[in-house]
Amino acid sequence: MTAPAATPVPAIEARSLTCGYDGQAVLRDISFAVRPGEIFFVIGGSGCGKSTLLRSLIGITPPLAGEVRFGGQTFSDHDPVARRALLQTFGVLYQGGALWSSLTLRQNVALPLEEYTALAEGEIRELVALKLAQVGLTGFEDYYPAEISGGMKKRAGLARALALDPAIVFLDEPSAGLDPITSRRLDDLVRQIRDMFGTTLVVVSHELASIFSIADRVVMLDRGAQGIIAEGAPKELARNSRDPRVTEFLTRGDLLPQ
Amino acid sequence: MAALTASPRARVSAEVEGDVLVVALAGTWEITEPRPSWTEVLGARNPDRIRLRVDAVEKWDSSLLLFLFGAQQWCRMTGAYCDTDALPEKIRLLLVQLTASHETSVPFDRSVNFLVTVGLATQDVLVKAREISRFVGECVLSAIRLVRSPHRFRWRDCLFEMQQCGAMALPIVGLISFLVGVTLAYTGALVLRQYGGDIFVADLIGLAMVREMGAMMTGVVLAGRTGAAFAATLGNMKANEEIDALETLGIPAVNFLVLPRLLALGVMMPLLALYSNALGILGGMAVSKGLLSISPTAYWVEMQTIVSLSDIAVGVIKAVSFGLIVGLAGCLRGLQAERSAAGVGRAATSAVVTAILFIIVADAVFAVLFNIVGL
Repeated sequence: MTAPAATPVPAIEARSLTCGYDGQAVLRDISFAVRPGEIFFVIGGSGCGKSTLLRSLIGITPPLAGEVRFGGQTFSDHDPVARRALLQTFGVLYQGGALWSSLTLRQNVALPLEEYTALAEGEIRELVALKLAQVGLTGFEDYYPAEISGGMKKRAGLARALALDPAIVFLDEPSAGLDPITSRRLDDLVRQIRDMFGTTLVVVSHELASIFSIADRVVMLDRGAQGIIAEGAPKELARNSRDPRVTEFLTRGDLLPQ
Repeated sequence: MAALTASPRARVSAEVEGDVLVVALAGTWEITEPRPSWTEVLGARNPDRIRLRVDAVEKWDSSLLLFLFGAQQWCRMTGAYCDTDALPEKIRLLLVQLTASHETSVPFDRSVNFLVTVGLATQDVLVKAREISRFVGECVLSAIRLVRSPHRFRWRDCLFEMQQCGAMALPIVGLISFLVGVTLAYTGALVLRQYGGDIFVADLIGLAMVREMGAMMTGVVLAGRTGAAFAATLGNMKANEEIDALETLGIPAVNFLVLPRLLALGVMMPLLALYSNALGILGGMAVSKGLLSISPTAYWVEMQTIVSLSDIAVGVIKAVSFGLIVGLAGCLRGLQAERSAAGVGRAATSAVVTAILFIIVADAVFAVLFNIVGL
């Protein structure tokens, strides 16, 4: 939440990233930069490595080669204390919400605040109520994850990701498994967060409706190429790309850009 | 203008202009950093109007909102006028949201009346008793189906489970049984030596292992090892809707998942109990040789004077029953599990507790029954 300032430093920069598991590369030589305040989508078909890339970006699965820089900082440069400080700067919404099932929604959102801030209990309660209100979950503070729907879990997961007012939020398949209306509301929420707080959002998705509705820029991954096959604004890519894999993906289902 | 600040980054100054206290915020306000408190800024003053300004704030997040909200709440309580016109639109909007969430967020009362709790608990006991009866009934029907058409039974699954709960359990059952034999020998020797009856340690261990401890220890080990695994596996399958998928295909979960496990435990438990008996006797023999200088031959011959085939049969009958109890408890708790990670964990715990409880109860019942029939 800061006044927009022209800065040459990208919010996130992937440099020659090779990602995979057990020494087996899924993606090779991935490079891209995400500008501050941008809604950036990582798109592609199932199994192309979107979630693998996300896991490497957020430091859960270290890249096999290359590095990820957050405003010039990187995980590998840091000792555990600095790593913790870097982790505070971003929030993550996992595919199923990943709420802790033994905690209520209030406790789920409060946990990062209790861990990382010296706020009084009352202040944390106020902030949690605000975060849950922002995602439309007022009145559900004391519900357990098992008592709410899938869409609500995702929204609660987003509230938890936003708890520490991170500069960057990663969202893994936010629309997957949601009905079109709920999905649209979540898209609106993502846009609202960016407009209100200037947050940088990196979204992993293959939902065309979301891509065309809120993405500023996208990178498209391809399983065969094991890397990026297109980068740019989604509507432009759909119109102008000469790569049939890109146009086929972006125009399928009659969701041509208006 | 006095700078009142708790942090070098988040700064506040308060200045009186006429009857208005102008509170100007400056610097960087971050939620993870300390911030000035409203009461500190206010000091002993009691203004009728306050004006909030954030012109010199370089960076902000919820920390700033909490400060402004504190000021607003103070005004609301004291009746002072809070002028927020100088705040940017975004911050005003967030303050409105914060105020609204503060007013509408009401703790959800989960407490219930004592009588209602008792009533629900009673109802729960009845429901669970009915569920257990139905489950046992389904297992019996499934077993009848197995006898009528054995070719439709999932033998491959059953053999796999036999390997898991039988062969794979040999090391732990062996170790525990050997140590139980050792412990019994030491305890028995304490008393029997006083009367010069060292040799009767062999009778004590032989009878205790064959009639009681072999089956009991194996039952307890398998309750923790296999019963919990059954509950966790079936609970997880339920959470993943795999059980629903079976039911919608018209395949009863009991036929497909429960009976192979029950049969595996029912067959393997007596074998494991016999193995446990042997290891327990061996443990006792080792202590007798080392501590009491009783030769293995004398130990063996003495033991045979009291341990008969009917004692072994008693142990085997108990072992089969304990195996079925462990299997039934594990599968039932797994199928009853809530569809969540915590539910699966609770099911596994409950399976172990239920199995051990019923093993002890069954053992007591067997003691009375065998006494009546003279075994």
